[in-house]
Amino acid sequence: MAPGQIVCLSGPSGSGKSRLLRAVADLEPHGGVVRLGDRDQDSLAGHRWRQSVMMVPAETAWWFDTVGEHLHKPMPDALGALGFPDDAAEWAVSRLSSGEKQRLALIRALSRDPQALLLDEPTANLDDDTTLQVEDWLQSYIAEHQCPTLWVAHREDQIQRVAAKHFRIDGARLREQEVEQ
Amino acid sequence: MSVIALSWWQLGLAATLVLALAACTHFARLGLGKSLLVAAARTAIQLTLVGLVLETLFSVGSLPWVALMGVAMLLLAGREVMARQKYRLRGGWSFTVGTAAMFISAFSVTVLTLTVIIGPTPWYTPQYAIPLLGMLLGNTMTGVALALDRLTEGVWRQRQLVENRLMLGQTWIEACGDIRRDAMRSGLMPIINAMAAAGIVSLPGMMTGQILSGTAPALAVKYQILIMFTIAAGTGFGTFVAVSVASRRLFDRRERLRLDRLQPGNRG
Repeated sequence: MAPGQIVCLSGPSGSGKSRLLRAVADLEPHGGVVRLGDRDQDSLAGHRWRQSVMMVPAETAWWFDTVGEHLHKPMPDALGALGFPDDAAEWAVSRLSSGEKQRLALIRALSRDPQALLLDEPTANLDDDTTLQVEDWLQSYIAEHQCPTLWVAHREDQIQRVAAKHFRIDGARLREQEVEQ
Repeated sequence: MSVIALSWWQLGLAATLVLALAACTHFARLGLGKSLLVAAARTAIQLTLVGLVLETLFSVGSLPWVALMGVAMLLLAGREVMARQKYRLRGGWSFTVGTAAMFISAFSVTVLTLTVIIGPTPWYTPQYAIPLLGMLLGNTMTGVALALDRLTEGVWRQRQLVENRLMLGQTWIEACGDIRRDAMRSGLMPIINAMAAAGIVSLPGMMTGQILSGTAPALAVKYQILIMFTIAAGTGFGTFVAVSVASRRLFDRRERLRLDRLQPGNRG
């Protein structure tokens, strides 16, 4: 995958999209070879690898009381771009909706400056307008920071909007699909 | 002062109290009568047997036999720790971790107390060694079992949270830090509470026993304080070792969370 390239991954549920992402993030034992630039997955300690190749899961969990404590550094621009007010960092995690959690999980991940992204249905809990907002913001972030990105998506229209390449998991095979540029 | 000897018919009188209680629970349809009687019978039989073993051990009093007794107690405690886990580490790790932790803490604290603090000659005199080891093992066992249970159950339940933290690039120690703290706390809470309440809410059993058998209360108190401190140290270090090793075992070399290394136990 090229720097700044978004590759979409789709397939029926249970086909192993999330497992593929988990293997690339090295959260699951696997037999493949994964490289970031010229560095092998095995040449870095597990947590260093995951700092660089960051996965954002579909279901997120939070452990501190407020949103801000989960962020590595303050992210006022990102909060604004995703439609949060300035004081969102002080919000109590227990009162977040699933859509808010999903967007904040993206910000939480990007506050750690990853070099590559693995996004597992990043807009699954969002309405159409917010989905477009998140897509725009992610695309500009990815282009600006030149992060190669694996993006698991369901909706064909989203794939057409964001993907440079699209692969569909079909049984045990990965089939490349047409994408309009 | 010497202790008044108890004969079997005097114990029989106490047993009639238990029988009366069993009869009452039976007529009140509480369904407890049978288990009460079984437990009472077990107490009588088990303690009589232990008494015989101890009598023999005291009369022999040689190091190999004392050591053998110690090892047998340790293995039984290890089995008990494993039996109390809701989720166990596969491949005998639960038993090994628990037993090793108790060996490191309870055994070394016992030997240290015997040689440096109490100092009977020889240091392994069973009259001192066996009760001391028993108290330490019993309490360390409770602490280690509680802590391991809390640890494995915590990781099992909070799998998603731990993995989220791993995804953000945290080390395995950071990712399960809260769960480890919780586990340590629940292992140490019983002895901390016991120390805080000692003498106010309850008279500790060992001290009561010594006073009953004619020891001056001031001396009994000193022994009780000694026992409390050694139990705290033994439980603390044992819990610490068990939680450290077991939590490391829950993650592999690549710091992945490996719940496949846990299996549901028979408990609950």
